[in-house]
Amino acid sequence: MKLSREEVLHIAALAKVGVTEADVEKFQEQLSNILENFEALQKLDTAGVAPTAQSISLQNVIKCDQVRPSMSTEDVLANAPQREGDFFKVKIILED
Amino acid sequence: MTTLKQFTIQEAHQLLKTQQISSVELTQFHLDRIQKVEPEIRALVTVTAELALKQAREADRRIASGNMTPLTGIPAIIKDNMCTCGVKTTCSSKMLENFIPPYNATVIEKLNQNGLIMVGKANMDEFAMGSSTENSAFFTTHNPWDLSRVPGGSSGGSAAAVAAGEAVYSLGSDTGGSIRQPAGFCSVIGLKPTYGRVSRFGLVAFASSLDQIGPLTRNVQDCALVMNCIAGYDSCDSTSVQIDTPDYTQSLVPDLKGLRIGVPKEYFVEGMQPEVKAAIEAAILKIQELGAQVNRDISLPSTPYALAVYYIIAPSEASANLARYDGVKYGFSCQDAQNMWEAMEKTRQYGFGTEVKRRIMLGTYALSAGYYDAYYLKAQKVRTLIRQEFDQAFAQYDALITPTSPSIPFKIGEKINDPVQMYMSDVCTLPINIAGVPAISIPAGFVNGLPVGMQIIGKHFSEDTLLKIAYAYQQATGWDQVKPQI
Repeated sequence: MKLSREEVLHIAALAKVGVTEADVEKFQEQLSNILENFEALQKLDTAGVAPTAQSISLQNVIKCDQVRPSMSTEDVLANAPQREGDFFKVKIILED
Repeated sequence: MTTLKQFTIQEAHQLLKTQQISSVELTQFHLDRIQKVEPEIRALVTVTAELALKQAREADRRIASGNMTPLTGIPAIIKDNMCTCGVKTTCSSKMLENFIPPYNATVIEKLNQNGLIMVGKANMDEFAMGSSTENSAFFTTHNPWDLSRVPGGSSGGSAAAVAAGEAVYSLGSDTGGSIRQPAGFCSVIGLKPTYGRVSRFGLVAFASSLDQIGPLTRNVQDCALVMNCIAGYDSCDSTSVQIDTPDYTQSLVPDLKGLRIGVPKEYFVEGMQPEVKAAIEAAILKIQELGAQVNRDISLPSTPYALAVYYIIAPSEASANLARYDGVKYGFSCQDAQNMWEAMEKTRQYGFGTEVKRRIMLGTYALSAGYYDAYYLKAQKVRTLIRQEFDQAFAQYDALITPTSPSIPFKIGEKINDPVQMYMSDVCTLPINIAGVPAISIPAGFVNGLPVGMQIIGKHFSEDTLLKIAYAYQQATGWDQVKPQI
């Protein structure tokens, strides 16, 4: 089963990754090929098997709610591509 | 070209301790070596000469005051996905090309407390996604044993640098084989510790249920020394486990009597190079001669499904982890857009390389409505089966032995246009991350002058057993003494 052009565009939109026409064709081909290799899993009987999210037996790690020193505003903003005062600056989000 | 002196941590420590050499001299020696070999090897994204010499002067003062540890004053290289305060941490990606972390990863803090000399940051596959360093956005690292071949990946820079003598040891990270496969390809030691043994705080996240940090070294003794420093609980990493860290040097006794070792037949996969198979069989024979009881015919039947499980789980987690690269807080940002959403899409289109985008797309698909049960949930269930089979095997055996990779290092360019072929290169290492158990790759000889790695796998938190077996084998074979001619 080959992924359709629309499916690839839908995934790209969900992932917020811009794609060109050439990318779409390439991803159709390559993703389909990879997914085909996953089909084997469906043959395996996993009825009654619980899923594993991680491999060790840690559960519900919690921390005390204590005030601790944190990074300075300058350190936090030092890598900001666009900044205004003490804020990260972004382009317009809501348009009228 | 001739083979220059390559120090081990132990040798360098002895010279520093008896003040036959200063840390500044040792550091300058490695910086000179870097200058000499880097044009051909290209293992480093950033060379931190000034920082290294400053750290070396501090180390010399510390040594003079008699307050040194085994790692004090010894030059190391860090994979470029571990945050180093004030030093660029790029993940070999255009996305983070100019990113300067405001804090250190916990492993860096721990090494600093021991007098780290950092001479550089190592090249890798972009965001640790790849098996050859060919996915680096900057350049490909070359294998010191044959410059036309890949060093493995994703920690290819870390492995090649140690093999080529650019530093005494390095750190790598391993999500599906990224320490062990390049260690095997470059004939160095590479250990992926148990999930939870080493803090990942400050490691740029790829697949959070699989990632681990570990050492790449020239011999097993050095691996134990680095592990003594970096292992242990860290409250900053909620997956870090509160369990005692043994002194790993105590496991370095060359005696395997009473140890039970299994060889799972599924790891000798179809398409494996027969010479690799023969080298591993000879290594197993040697381990048997050293006193271990070996069963060559054990079975972990779910192994053939590990590749699919991995390539569903890892990209799914990556698609979530890499959502943070939106061009707002740090990293590459495309401003040529009408609104924020377009800016975000363009940032990710131009900031990420092909393989990273491929995996984000794959993970997004596997987690999307209508496919979650068929892919992600199914993979998590099969993950349980794989984990249980390891548990059952370790009820009977102290360790398992397999090849590290089914082939010797391949040519640069050979697999880059065939993702599935590239993924096959990690077929023997992926199941280990899925189960969260520790595994080490150690040199097991050569095929046509190219390295073969042997993988030793243990139960959770049994790094000491792995080091013991690796040490006994190394002492009996001397493969650690063979160096590339560069």
